[in-house]
Amino acid sequence: MLDIAKWLATTEWSIALHESLYLYPWIESSHVLFICFFFGTLLFVDLRLTGKVFTNLSISEMNKGILPLTIIGFCLMTLTGLLLFYAIPVRNYQNIFFRIKILLIIIAGLNALFFHKRMSKEAKKWDKDSFIPKSMKASAIASLFTWSLVIISGRLIAYNWFDCDRQPQPEWINFLTS
Amino acid sequence: MESNQIIELFYFFEDSFIGEYIRGSTWLFPVIESFHLIGLAILGGSVVIGDFRLMGFILKREKIGYVIKQTRVWFKLGFFILVSTGIPLFLSEAVKCFYSRAFWIKMICLVIGIVFTFLVRNPLVLKGYDGKIIPLLGFSSFFLWTVVAASGRWIGFS
Repeated sequence: MLDIAKWLATTEWSIALHESLYLYPWIESSHVLFICFFFGTLLFVDLRLTGKVFTNLSISEMNKGILPLTIIGFCLMTLTGLLLFYAIPVRNYQNIFFRIKILLIIIAGLNALFFHKRMSKEAKKWDKDSFIPKSMKASAIASLFTWSLVIISGRLIAYNWFDCDRQPQPEWINFLTS
Repeated sequence: MESNQIIELFYFFEDSFIGEYIRGSTWLFPVIESFHLIGLAILGGSVVIGDFRLMGFILKREKIGYVIKQTRVWFKLGFFILVSTGIPLFLSEAVKCFYSRAFWIKMICLVIGIVFTFLVRNPLVLKGYDGKIIPLLGFSSFFLWTVVAASGRWIGFS
């Protein structure tokens, strides 16, 4: 993986992105806006499942109305995120917060997979009975919690406290960032 | 107030106990900043859903008053988190903010955004006004808060 990151760093576009005066800040600002778009809309989808908002709407109506925005936000957030990674691949790859963020995204993704698999099967039943199982409410809260941690760890990537070019570091940090 | 009086005031803010305390800590600024971002996302979600409804993009069957009522509590929560984390962030680098164009753009749009949301958009919608101007209200609000968020991020680059 490190070799791939090193190779990416030598490509012309990566260098251009990294050295650009305005393009990198523009992409980073867009990334922040798309995070708001994604997380903000997901917040309402998850809050609906916990029964805190839009209780006049059925789960299916809420998902139909809001989830397309969440998916658009996710795609744009991912695209800008990949560009940010591509601009500084080696440093990002070895950054501990980046690794924590990726791990959290995988956990959030698995939670979303479980969530949608069950929802696609049972949403109509929940609409009819006006009942949402506790496990789905827990999954909605877990989703918000995990994505909040993704945002926090993502923000911390900018800080170089544990970067491997700043030695000495504790052994476990060097192991986790190797 | 002249500009040298304003800069003195900003130095006063930066030299405050909170400002110095945050600057003296390695972790505090990034952690407060992370929660500022979460506050922004909560406010952002309520803006997107409320304004996209006003523009007629989503939840078309629902009354606009109902959608705004459902989102405004979360708007206020997001706003509260933003202000309570934004003030310490500002105090820790007030002088930098004074010289940052992005900071002033953010502050101007923030004031306009607050006035517009609480004195124009919400009262009109909640009183049941349903004229042709509604999509324009949604667009203006969405635009204002997008500029607030983007210029806020840009302070970090200045």
